Amino acid sequence: MTIHADVVLDAKGLACPMPIVKTKKTIEKEVEEGQVVEIQATDQGSKADLVAWAKSTGHQYIGLVEEGDVLFHYIRKCNPEKADAAEKTFTQTASNDELANVTGTVLDVREAAEYAFGHIPGAVSMPLGDLEARMNELNKEEAIYVICRTGTRSDLAAQTLAANGFTNVYNVLPGMSEWQGETAQTL
Amino acid sequence: MTVSTWTAQQVAQKVINNDNLFILDVRNADAFADWKIEGHKFEYLNIPYFELLDGVEEILPKLPADKDILVVCAKEGSSIMVADMLSEEGLDVAYLQGGMKSWSMYLEPIKVADLTDGGELYQFVRLGKGCLSYMVISGGEAAIIDAVRFTEVFTNFAAEKGATIKHVFDTHLHADHISGGRHIAAQTGATYYLPEKDAEEVVFDYTALDDGLTVKIGASQIEVGALYSPGHTIGSTSFVVDNRFLLTGDILFIDSIGRPDLAGLAEDWVADLRETLYSRYRTLAEDLIVLPAHFMIIDELNEDGTVARRLGDLFAQNHGLNVADADEFRHLVTDNLPPQPNAYQEIRHVNMGKVTPNNDEQTEMEIGPNRCAVR
Repeated sequence: MTIHADVVLDAKGLACPMPIVKTKKTIEKEVEEGQVVEIQATDQGSKADLVAWAKSTGHQYIGLVEEGDVLFHYIRKCNPEKADAAEKTFTQTASNDELANVTGTVLDVREAAEYAFGHIPGAVSMPLGDLEARMNELNKEEAIYVICRTGTRSDLAAQTLAANGFTNVYNVLPGMSEWQGETAQTL
Repeated sequence: MTVSTWTAQQVAQKVINNDNLFILDVRNADAFADWKIEGHKFEYLNIPYFELLDGVEEILPKLPADKDILVVCAKEGSSIMVADMLSEEGLDVAYLQGGMKSWSMYLEPIKVADLTDGGELYQFVRLGKGCLSYMVISGGEAAIIDAVRFTEVFTNFAAEKGATIKHVFDTHLHADHISGGRHIAAQTGATYYLPEKDAEEVVFDYTALDDGLTVKIGASQIEVGALYSPGHTIGSTSFVVDNRFLLTGDILFIDSIGRPDLAGLAEDWVADLRETLYSRYRTLAEDLIVLPAHFMIIDELNEDGTVARRLGDLFAQNHGLNVADADEFRHLVTDNLPPQPNAYQEIRHVNMGKVTPNNDEQTEMEIGPNRCAVR
């Protein structure tokens, strides 16, 4: 398994309701907001239930990989108090549709697991938390289209890049949550 | 307060006795919407268990004080957790042992009628899945029609009745549940019959169930006669038992008719379905009692828990038998069909003998309602 997660929860061999009980505890106690937890389970019922639980609690269910009898679920901790439509301050923006007709780099600042389950083909993965350390990999001469799920993290990333001398930077809105075009997976 | 454990059989009695019951179903909303325990006088509250992890206080006002409360989930684990929480709040509640999984598997044998010279006809009602199987018993011999996969229920029942199983029939190649027919036959030495036209791909030996085939059961020679009645599948065959009962398989139900699409050939089989329902069945005596292989809704159960209705009454009341225009009929049975049963292609392959999943896999395949009908 090559998908990066910040916290791994082993719930293998546990029957319902324990996979969800443990997931809830782990997310509340051990996972920071924005981090990704990998839940390993063997209970088939966890498939539907974790998706429904995440939806009801406001956490982001990223995806599922099955290997043999083991189910690997990925969930990103979200704060349901914070609306998706948090205020975006970076003014240089591009729409999802405009991405089709531009040249430059698409920079995906979501967590690695989110990227793995579906990204724009050719997009570069650089999770927001890694941006400061890795921005020297980016070309200042090139246009950079920063994208995340709903435009909030990419807004922050675009601000950070601008503050570090990147001028040709755009925040892509609304982001991957509304992306209708092709996607690639790296699972 | 105490938490009691109810078996599927106890819940079945509540259904059949028309008792009141309050069901707190703690599966997720999709599962509940798809399929639940149906009862004439049952009330429901669906709250997924994972929304109750911090406590049950919020739902206490929604629970009745004057009714039995049964907590239900998929397998039982979550219902025990929620039942314990309610018990700590001072409520007397029960949970369903084995959850919906055991509900899906439970069979209730109900006597339909006494037959000529001491014979008996039983209907095995699988309430959780809507499947109906039959056993004709006469003079120490038994015939079984459309047995579900819990073979020991049938073999034990026959043994209790002191009857030897001689003939095992499937009216057609089932797509919604796994047949126990050929396994019962193998265990008991009975003959297993399947319509040849449904058996093109099967990989085991069977005896062809041909139109007009008649077997006589026991000393009193009760007749079980086959009547070719295609439309749900190309081989679908009905039975007339003791000249009084018409076992229709998945062709005609109480409140609906068979769907022609589960083998992928809806357009081809519509004409067969119409011919069976509007011509072949019309030549039969209206006093025959129709015994189908399924029911879809709880209202199709009679007071005594059986699913049975006079053919003449169905001619008058069943919408699917009263569509005069052939084109309109075609649209009825090919447009807007309900979703197909869970895993129906895999189930067909199991019934052809092509694959042999383990017990848990079979249970998983059969989860959910049967959906063999169009209304």
